[in-house]
Amino acid sequence: MKERAAELRAWLFVLPALILLAAYLVYPTVETFRISLFGGTGFNPTKLVGLKNYVQLLTHDSLFLRVTRWPPSGALVNNILWLVLFSGGTLVFGLLIAVLGNGIRLERVVKSAVFLPMVISATAAAVIARFLFSPDASIGVINGLLTALIPGFAPVSWLGTGEVVNYALIATGVWIWTGLSMTVLSAAYKSIDTAVLEAARVDGANPWMTFWRISLPMLAQPITFVAITMIINSLKMIDLVLVMTAGGPAGTSRVIGFSFYWEVFNNNLVGYGSAVAILMLIPLAPLMVVQVRRIRRQEAGK
Amino acid sequence: MRSLEARPALTLGRVLRALLVILIAVAWLIPTLGLLVTSFRPQADIATSGWWKIVTAPRFTIDNYKNVLTARHFFNNFLNSFIITIPGTVFPIIVGALAAYSFAWLRFRGRNLVFLIIVALLVLPLQTTWVPVLRMHSRLGLTGHYLAIWLAHTAYGLPFAIFLLRNFFAELPRELFEAARLDGYTDLGVFRTIVLPLSVPSLASLGIFQFVWVWNDLMNALVLLQDIHKFPLTVAIQSLLGQYGSEWNLLASGAFISMSVPLLVFFLLQRYFVQGITAGAVKG
Repeated sequence: MKERAAELRAWLFVLPALILLAAYLVYPTVETFRISLFGGTGFNPTKLVGLKNYVQLLTHDSLFLRVTRWPPSGALVNNILWLVLFSGGTLVFGLLIAVLGNGIRLERVVKSAVFLPMVISATAAAVIARFLFSPDASIGVINGLLTALIPGFAPVSWLGTGEVVNYALIATGVWIWTGLSMTVLSAAYKSIDTAVLEAARVDGANPWMTFWRISLPMLAQPITFVAITMIINSLKMIDLVLVMTAGGPAGTSRVIGFSFYWEVFNNNLVGYGSAVAILMLIPLAPLMVVQVRRIRRQEAGK
Repeated sequence: MRSLEARPALTLGRVLRALLVILIAVAWLIPTLGLLVTSFRPQADIATSGWWKIVTAPRFTIDNYKNVLTARHFFNNFLNSFIITIPGTVFPIIVGALAAYSFAWLRFRGRNLVFLIIVALLVLPLQTTWVPVLRMHSRLGLTGHYLAIWLAHTAYGLPFAIFLLRNFFAELPRELFEAARLDGYTDLGVFRTIVLPLSVPSLASLGIFQFVWVWNDLMNALVLLQDIHKFPLTVAIQSLLGQYGSEWNLLASGAFISMSVPLLVFFLLQRYFVQGITAGAVKG
């Protein structure tokens, strides 16, 4: 009887959290799946269409996925581009600064500078990036610099040209998130036993070899952690795209998260947009499993 | 001792290494620096010459800041950011700490399973929840009230809050809890007199992370508030950008006003800040 009461009290402590999580995360996700089976406009679509929204998205929505023309395009393809270049970019720069910057005199200053974009909102970052990429050579530094260096250079509208807009957005993403990658990797790098590195040097290994043969394998775990984090972030990406380009020009910079927002809140296609949100969960589900496994391993290690 | 000949080569390598890293850092700062400089330039100068020209013609003004603060509800948006962020930080810490304490030190069936489900929710994209949440708010008559966004930020902040605090609470020494129980403390008493006072650093990390996260949030405010008089700074800047995409005097000063709060927090509380943001890398 006493144990029953203790268990009941334990539940009481978690109850407020569970109610909120159920109301704001679990139930809405299930409900979004149900809504995705409905078609038409308006916030409460009533016409049941089954999986038609999904079929439409994957086969007849050129802004979401177009494979009939080479190269393939659409939000889904852009997300793959994001996934590869954003994760790769943040890892490479993060690793570069963590390893090369380790122990230099200005290490703290350098790290603060690189971490700074992590602190500000995506909205502010987008304003900064719009300014940087401005097509006006007397406003945007990039066009200003290129015009000054290359005679006859015509300023490029980086965010207004379909062929380059995704790279400009991804570069902005890398600029924001490298601070995180750097922080995680730097902490891990500093925890590598210096005796190991010293021994390698005594044995005649040059710094290049030491890095590839010793440091990098020892950083495998934090690198995996950063990679997974960045993959998840790239799949969820929405605010930066919304503020910087609103998916434009002509829908060329859409990503899955943005497509959801646009279909629901701009085009008023709630069922259709919900199908986008559910499709987004498919690549995230295995990452959820990975995440949970990682936590369980950590717990077991304690 | 290594041979003396190796030293100069090492030094050169070191210098080059440091130079490369500093170059990267400078490249990282230039975009922000450009906008900061612009925010203090006269409007006429912004339109006619690049911000880097201040080297030859340094002219500064604080008019842009005056103008943006008096324009289009901007000051109101600034206040709204605080109205949204303060409860949006305090609520999830309280609710999360209660739950985390139970997950760490109390016993109930299914405890580990429930905890793992909460960890899995860290990965869930919030987009997936917005439409049903909006419908729920409208059924409950919450649409357009601050309470709606406070509740949403509390719920959305919980998986991380519970995850972080539970790990920290679990590290507290067991003897303390046994002693308190012998002294006749209740569960709530233990929570208040032992757990909370001993967890100030982790509560601070979480609080700073959540504060900056909510302050910087654009999407939840945009989607869930539905009332222009209640919008925070992020939404105000987004609409400035949409309507007046070339009024860099207002955009630059507006952006810096919104950035000033998290930047202040960052520079004053760097250690806690980096801890929190690193642990919460996947939130959102």
